[in-house]
Amino acid sequence: MKKKLITCLLLCLPLFAHAAGDVHLEKADINLENKSSLRHGAKLFVNYCLSCHSASMMRYSRVGQGLGLTDDQVLDNLMFVANFDFDKLEEGEAKKIGELMTVALRKEDGEKYFGTPVPDLTLTARAKGADWLYTYLTTFYVDSKRPFGVNNTTFSNVGMPHVLWELDGLKDRVPKKDADGKVMKDKDGHEIMELVRITEGTMSDAEYKRAVTDLVNFMVYMAEPIQLERQRTGIFVMFFLIILFLLAYMLKKEYWKDVH
Amino acid sequence: MSEEVDQSKRRFLVGMTAATGAVGAAAIAVPFVKSMLPSARAQAAGASVEYDISKLQPGELITVKWRKKPVWILKRTDQNLADLASLEAKLTDSTSDGSKQPDYAKNEHRSRAENKNLLVMVGICTHLGCSPKHFPDLAPAGFEEGWVGGFYCPCHGSTFDLAGRVYKGAPAPSNLEIPKFKFLNETTILVGDDSEGTA
Amino acid sequence: MNMMMALLGWVDDRFPLTKLWKEHLSEYYAPKNFNFWYYFGSLALLVLVIQIVSGIFLTIHYKPDASLDASGIPEAFKSVEYIMRDVEWGWFIRYMHSTGASAFFIVVYLHMFRGLIYGSYRKPRELIWIFGVFIYLALMAEGFFGYLLPWGQMSYWGAQVIVNLFAAVPFGIGEPLSEWIRGDFVISDATLNRFFAFHVIAVPLVLIMLIAAHIMALHEVGSGNPDGIEIKKNKGPDGIPLDGIPFHPYYTVKDILGVVVFLIGFFAVVFFAPTMFGYFIEVPNFEPANPLKTPDHIAPVWYYTPFYAMLRAVPPMFGSQFPGVIVMGAAIVVLFFLPWIDRSPVKSIRYKDLRTKLALAGFVVSFIWLGYLGVVSASPVKTMIAQCATLVYFGYFLYMPYYSRTEITSSMFRAPLVALYSIVTLGIIWYWWAGEVSAEITAVISLFTLAYTTYFLILPAYVVPAVVKPVPERVTK
Repeated sequence: MKKKLITCLLLCLPLFAHAAGDVHLEKADINLENKSSLRHGAKLFVNYCLSCHSASMMRYSRVGQGLGLTDDQVLDNLMFVANFDFDKLEEGEAKKIGELMTVALRKEDGEKYFGTPVPDLTLTARAKGADWLYTYLTTFYVDSKRPFGVNNTTFSNVGMPHVLWELDGLKDRVPKKDADGKVMKDKDGHEIMELVRITEGTMSDAEYKRAVTDLVNFMVYMAEPIQLERQRTGIFVMFFLIILFLLAYMLKKEYWKDVH
Repeated sequence: MSEEVDQSKRRFLVGMTAATGAVGAAAIAVPFVKSMLPSARAQAAGASVEYDISKLQPGELITVKWRKKPVWILKRTDQNLADLASLEAKLTDSTSDGSKQPDYAKNEHRSRAENKNLLVMVGICTHLGCSPKHFPDLAPAGFEEGWVGGFYCPCHGSTFDLAGRVYKGAPAPSNLEIPKFKFLNETTILVGDDSEGTA
Repeated sequence: MNMMMALLGWVDDRFPLTKLWKEHLSEYYAPKNFNFWYYFGSLALLVLVIQIVSGIFLTIHYKPDASLDASGIPEAFKSVEYIMRDVEWGWFIRYMHSTGASAFFIVVYLHMFRGLIYGSYRKPRELIWIFGVFIYLALMAEGFFGYLLPWGQMSYWGAQVIVNLFAAVPFGIGEPLSEWIRGDFVISDATLNRFFAFHVIAVPLVLIMLIAAHIMALHEVGSGNPDGIEIKKNKGPDGIPLDGIPFHPYYTVKDILGVVVFLIGFFAVVFFAPTMFGYFIEVPNFEPANPLKTPDHIAPVWYYTPFYAMLRAVPPMFGSQFPGVIVMGAAIVVLFFLPWIDRSPVKSIRYKDLRTKLALAGFVVSFIWLGYLGVVSASPVKTMIAQCATLVYFGYFLYMPYYSRTEITSSMFRAPLVALYSIVTLGIIWYWWAGEVSAEITAVISLFTLAYTTYFLILPAYVVPAVVKPVPERVTK
């Protein structure tokens, strides 16, 4: 069981207390209109993240709505038995499209295996930001001192294993050298470190970055599914208020002719 | 106050602004009114329910939860169905004209033609909302003669036959409600949904 | 039409409907020279309505419950996300309420600033001002209680810090007092439930009663205006002020225009930037409250930060944070005294001298600086700037009796008070020099503080009284 959990590819972030801050963040190329990116991201999410992390405030039906999928497509492609908590089913109830994206892994077990509670991911994109997520998922490196053999430059001593390692391969953290082979140093004299891939994954560097972008894109959608509709509605409201403004302005002007 | 006041222009502007403002007020009322409709959670909880009927024995009744209400699935015996015909004189609404059911269940056995024996019914009394009890053979008190099986509501003593039809003299005004349902295949039924096409 | 008149007559015999309409709208004569700054009173009323209506609809779905569900999410936090996701248009109602909270403070701050520049607090409007300060206090309490309800990280730790301020009260009162407020030894379910009760009914009731008193007092004495002239002193033969116009229709149509402009801004935030880049909804609040882990950086919402900065600016004395709490409280209490410490013979800034204008400018700048400093994390230099800004904030009020007066009087309080203020200022400068901030910065800030005290306190108290311009008979355009 433990071995399965170790290999179980859980993505995304565990408890991130003192992350962010002075770490340089890469820009994530987020586009909620890009449905194929969202679909790919959703696929990655249910395959790699949802085995350990829950997204317990998100409904599968909502995933379908944002990604332009029918209920059946969601049921067949995104709802896996492994992610489903059968204890919660009552007599006569079946897997339903309106179900929340819960996880079979129990809270206490998660804490036991990873040494820290496994956070819910529904709102992570709003709490940490898309850029942070993107950078975090691309900055795992080999570190034999850590329980899972990996560490992260964006979130040091992270409790989460590198669940995407099969896709990404493995990277080592080494001093950066200039063209002459000299170790580069920052203005305080510290060595500048960089990540170098030592084992190739099934994806090329560009493919992997694209995959992580898709995943983060989906997480941004999940954190606020209403976002696009909100902006669309806003445009109508603004248009209406401008008409009302013109009328109110003329009305005020007309009446204030009286006042000298 | 030197210039003449153009009253018609004022009336026009007041009217236009008031009308536009009223449209805005009505528009903003919509989200507030709609927010009180059943939410996605309520709808998910009220979604249709699948049930595997292959293991259901003749005469057996199981209760599933649909929209937080008990729904009975009862596999009636052929004898039960035969008994139904003999009861008509004792019933308030033997043809179910004043009762709630989908059209395909508005018949003597109050079920779908492809599986007459299977009764799917909302287990809520039409009188005041208690859940009646299933009495397959033993007659409830005060209703002894010729009891061929049925339901008895403990709250106010309404009695129903095995098609949920209410007996005369019971306080319940109409037969028990039949929900929408359909057969997904030979052994699976879906309660709460009877749409054609994809399951 | 006759039916309507008959119905109106029937009502009027039993309820003063027409009388109220006339008194407060159609025959309430307001000065005709209101400018931009006079929009914010009616806008504050509008925001109140928005908050009450959206609040009621949020209460329909919200659960004040700190217990955790199977996924480890607190029910209260989950119910907010339920509103944002599962309730139809719930996101819209919630964003209206969260944006409305900030909008309330924006509008009220501008409304109060109007009071400062045009002397709206001066006789005979002292009570209007005092009711107003109470409204401001109630609003702060309302915002504070409401901020706990989403039960996010910032909700939790913000409440933790603020309730612990009460624990700083000395003489053994503090600890039991803070436990009494929380109903527990930490912020917990008990706290959440009582804050919910305060937020949805207790404070709103007080707020509405205070606002009614505020408006009744206003309509009793009549509105002020940017010239600070009492329009009731110049009445025509019909008894109507010559510079007055009926509120309805003139100010109703004008305020409608203001409302539409306000709504454009308000809905732009609701639809396009509901978190306002982390200022209206703070980012850590997207994480559920975790009593075991404080966020890296705690800052209250922007509308409290000036006072929070003052709290941090005061160092602990006698091993207690209480002096900071006193200073923070005093920053609001001092507002109550404004009607009596302003000794200028004129009300409006238009007829006051440069020094008064500079004092007000200093007050505004210090308030904004404090607001900024309350958002960012502290450092020795920032703390020194916050201390200097706190001096300037209080200087506006405490030195006002001197710089607003047009003659040097021999008040028995003058010399000892001026001496006291000067000693406090010198003491703070001495404290700066004992600190770790570089000598250059300390010198600049010390010099500025000395110059400020000399210009606004010493000189006006003993040498140069205020000079005012003559106020015209009638209001100007």
